[in-house]
Amino acid sequence: MQDGFLTIYWRDMIRFVRFKTLLVSSLLQPALWLAFFGIAMASNFDVMMAGMPVPEGVKAVGYLTFMGCGIIAMTTLFTSLFSGIVILFDKNWGLMREILASPVSRNHIIIGIALSGVTKSFIQAVIIMGFGVLIGAAFFAGFTPVHVLIGIVGVLAFVAMFALGFLFLSAAIAISMESPEGLQGIMTLLTMPIFFASNALYPINNFPEILRVISAYNPMTLLINGIRYFAIGPDFYALGHHYAFTQMDILLSFAGLVVFTAIMFALAWWRFRNAVVT
Amino acid sequence: MGAELGTITGFIEIHPEYSCMAGPVPAGDAPIILVEGLEHIYGDFKAVDGISFSVKKGEIFSFLGPNGAGKSTAINVLITLLNLQKGRAAIAGHDVKTDPQKIRESIGIVFQDITLDRDMTVWEILEFHGRLYRMPLAERRERIEELLQLVQLDAKRNELTKKLSGGMKRRLEIARGLMTRPLVLFLDEPTIGLDPQTRMRMWEYIRGVNREGTTIFLTTHYMDEADQLSDRISIIDHGRIVVTGTPWQLKNTLGQDLIYLETSDNPAARRLLESLPSVREITEKKQGIILMVNEDGTRVLPGIIDTLRENGVAISTINLKKPTMDDVFVFYTGKEIRDEGQQPARGGFLRAARH
Ligand SMILES: Nc1ncnc2c1ncn2[C@@H]1O[C@H](COP(=O)(O)OP(=O)(O)OP(=O)(O)O)[C@@H](O)[C@H]1O
Ligand SMILES: [Mg+2]
Repeated sequence: MQDGFLTIYWRDMIRFVRFKTLLVSSLLQPALWLAFFGIAMASNFDVMMAGMPVPEGVKAVGYLTFMGCGIIAMTTLFTSLFSGIVILFDKNWGLMREILASPVSRNHIIIGIALSGVTKSFIQAVIIMGFGVLIGAAFFAGFTPVHVLIGIVGVLAFVAMFALGFLFLSAAIAISMESPEGLQGIMTLLTMPIFFASNALYPINNFPEILRVISAYNPMTLLINGIRYFAIGPDFYALGHHYAFTQMDILLSFAGLVVFTAIMFALAWWRFRNAVVT
Repeated sequence: MGAELGTITGFIEIHPEYSCMAGPVPAGDAPIILVEGLEHIYGDFKAVDGISFSVKKGEIFSFLGPNGAGKSTAINVLITLLNLQKGRAAIAGHDVKTDPQKIRESIGIVFQDITLDRDMTVWEILEFHGRLYRMPLAERRERIEELLQLVQLDAKRNELTKKLSGGMKRRLEIARGLMTRPLVLFLDEPTIGLDPQTRMRMWEYIRGVNREGTTIFLTTHYMDEADQLSDRISIIDHGRIVVTGTPWQLKNTLGQDLIYLETSDNPAARRLLESLPSVREITEKKQGIILMVNEDGTRVLPGIIDTLRENGVAISTINLKKPTMDDVFVFYTGKEIRDEGQQPARGGFLRAARH
């Protein structure tokens, strides 16, 4: 079966566009973060930072731009983690039995679900970037058209890898659970530390040592490094901190995400192989 | 209930000793489904308790049993949705435990519970299924049209399934199961909740699919469905196969006719009639007794009446009828199945007598 994953993908996308309320609410949340938290905090931080000396020749970016990258990451995290709930509903409503008893191999099922999850995250990331630019975030500011293109591709590559990792994690947990409530609880429990122990909303450099190390290796931080590198640039100044990424830094961040995603894939594969669904 | 079976002689075979019914299997004609000593335990509850049977290629084979008998559990093991815990099972020569992928390529399924995506349209449900089973585009589209006609959902093709009535959903599920032409088609209570005309039409189509070479494995608790559709039936109860045979064989175990009597002294009547050569077996019910007779009941009856009268036993009620599948079922399981859609007293004779 060479195209089984496409069949799964096709079905998932049908359902995605059909759940319009879900689609809208998944976009509304990041938009509200940007419009309220982003603009509110920016109006404070940007005034506070105004007096601070910016190093010679380094581009200073406003808070909205800084946290906008974090919000793209946050949306990807939420969407990917909560996609497991759909899997759980499929399982509980018996929808998965048709698929699991069909000749489509388990690997194709996983790939199909993963691809549709990544597509959803892409759509969201692009819309949020557009919305951010609309309300004043300086994404891709001063880039040549070619650079903008490279920037978008780079951001999406990072988003894809990160989304896959959390999709697999979410699927692995969902397939092992019985109740959507329990799953929701676990997901909420997971999102808080992942989101806040990252550089989404603030720099992590002044964290206490242990928290700083955890945050530095948090897949969320790795993702945001990549997004900022591609959407803002390798060298910029924000919130009193000078960010300078070498290409090596970014490659390492990406490699970190690849390792994380590979582990999550192994976990999901193992759980699905043993999946018993009645 | 098991004990009373021991006295029956004749052509029927009683499990647990397993053997293949309905005559010898022609040499070289390996069974397409072979199950030996299958057990399945949920927690500490044994839902399937050591069943063995085989189904020949091209047969329509049925599990007939009451709620909770273990029919769906057995099917779920065979279609690889539940792990095989104990015993052996093979479909088309592929082992269920070691070669599930090959099994999945050989079978089609209509599940007992509704498993339709609420947010997909009728057409999309069928299209998705055809794609899952890698049907070529032309064949897929053609089959979809054919089935939409059959289950009369043509006008609803672009309707979301959540907007269908219960019976329409069921029809769509059946249509989906009939999309492919697998080696073996599993139908778990396929016509549950359908109106009589629709059921007849489904049976006709299922027979047609069967004629094209697909072996059918059916579970049901509709007596008439098992009776009319099956080549062979296994009656299953408490996770065990109680008896297997063709519908004709099963009905004939109860003799050619059943005679129900209510008398002034039932135990005495029983003693008196037991010795008559034409009487195969007598079972005592609350108010009366039931005689299974080997000959035409209308010819036996005068002798019975004479015998009782001569011995001073008064008869208050007499009833005579041919055994039906209901009688067979009640006889072997000691249970009656009453369910939605089931005509309560359709020929239920042993059943009626039980109260
Ligand atoms: N997932 C499960 N966990 C625990 N027990 C179960 C489970 N599924 C079924 N059972 C039990 O196993 C027994 C057999 O159930 P099964 O569904 O196989 O019966 P069935 O013959 O298909 O009945 P029905 O005619 O109602 O469909 C029942 O007593 C049921 O309570
Ligand atoms: Mg059942």
